[in-house]
Amino acid sequence: MTPPVASAVPSREGFIAHVGRRSLQAARALADVPTWAPLLAVQMRRLGVDSVPIAIFIAVFTGIVLSLLSSYIFTGAVPLFFVGALVGKTIMMELGPVLTGMALAGRVGASIAAELGTMKVTEQVDALETLAYDRYSYLVVPRVLAATLMFPVVTAFAVAVGVLSGWITAINLLDLSTTEFLKGLKQFYQFKDVWFGLVKSASFGFAVALMGCLRGLATEGGAQGVGQSTTSAVVLGCEAILVLDAFWALVLL
Amino acid sequence: MIILDALTKSFGSRTVLDGLSLEVPDGQNTVIIGPSGAGKSVTLKLIVGLLEPDSGRVLVDEAVVGEMDRDGLATLRGRIGYVFQFAALFDSMTVAGNIRLGLVRRGHDEATIRQRIEESLDVVELSGSEDKLPAELSGGMRKRVGIARAIALKPRYILYDEPTTGLDPVTAALMDQLIIRTRDLGVTALVVTHDMRSAFSVGDRVALMHDGAIRQVGTVAEIQASHDPVVRQFIEGRPNPLVLAPPARRSAG
Repeated sequence: MTPPVASAVPSREGFIAHVGRRSLQAARALADVPTWAPLLAVQMRRLGVDSVPIAIFIAVFTGIVLSLLSSYIFTGAVPLFFVGALVGKTIMMELGPVLTGMALAGRVGASIAAELGTMKVTEQVDALETLAYDRYSYLVVPRVLAATLMFPVVTAFAVAVGVLSGWITAINLLDLSTTEFLKGLKQFYQFKDVWFGLVKSASFGFAVALMGCLRGLATEGGAQGVGQSTTSAVVLGCEAILVLDAFWALVLL
Repeated sequence: MIILDALTKSFGSRTVLDGLSLEVPDGQNTVIIGPSGAGKSVTLKLIVGLLEPDSGRVLVDEAVVGEMDRDGLATLRGRIGYVFQFAALFDSMTVAGNIRLGLVRRGHDEATIRQRIEESLDVVELSGSEDKLPAELSGGMRKRVGIARAIALKPRYILYDEPTTGLDPVTAALMDQLIIRTRDLGVTALVVTHDMRSAFSVGDRVALMHDGAIRQVGTVAEIQASHDPVVRQFIEGRPNPLVLAPPARRSAG
């Protein structure tokens, strides 16, 4: 029998049983490949590909500001080719994943919570169950998997555009050549800079989509309930990103 | 046969079902009547395992619903069609998509799926509506699609949740005809409603819910001839005099 997702706050005594039950549900849902596999591509497009424009928009301006800011800090103290290093390192390791994650927490988290919340209050989730579908296999797994897979892709686009934008700013607005910018970029580059950012963004995608799904499926009432779930999903998604960001810094750096 | 055995169900401090027992014989339309908020919809959700009773048992074809595992519930739901009060159509899918979903789950081939979609839409007199979205349909048409979605699966049982609520008299009469037609197709139906005209029109047996239990059950003629004051008050649509009485008289009474 499917327990209501609304019972999301277990008593302290029942915590282990609650975690065990949820883990079992997750394992069963993941094993139900025939249900979620056909839905994965659609969700990857909706949650990932459709999010590229907002991620690029943010990356463009982040690159511009970083370039100008580092020039302002370094001028007179540090050789200016360090602008390339700072822009590259900062965007790859921190600002690219985190700012993209925050933007997508709003776009993706809100979209998932609103959609599933509306389905819940209009009994579409119950209808799905009466047609012998498992709500977690059909609704949660494809969204969480799609976000986990696509956040790094969107972040990679954002990183590339951010660095490009920083370079264009440096050669046009600063007293810096392409050679100098690339010198700074290459001198401090490590492959870890890239995978560190992409691993983080995958975990952000997982957390944002999971919050959206759980809050959406826990929706009660009508339009007001959907609004509350949506707000809650975005706030929890942003909080999860910040906590995970600190976690990965502690574990991997 | 569906057997409801001493069911109790509470939400917080509010007791909705308090020892409800009822048998739903095969091949007949059984109608549960009762005021809004009496727990009629909750009763239907207990039968398909969308909710769990606090105590008591639901038996479908001699199997206890509460003891079924996930696969057992899926099999059970394959035998039971559920028509929701507000249709609960998947609003991102066309009419055909809504009907197709349950058929795909049962592993039917494409030719069978197309045939079942055509047949079920023909039964509810909505042939040609395959490509319409739920937003393009009236309330009555949506409910008819809900019936089509249920009967396309050729279920042994159909549960109707307030099938005529919110419909004009002509469309409500059409819904009644559809319910009778599905019984003639060999389907056992359990209908919950507070529409007395509909109850007496479609019901072979009628049960009145009162204070979380079945107050009286019998044929339409038996219910209409009942001398039980609660039954008479409900079928005649008389308000409770205690509710309407002015405060002074109420305390005196």
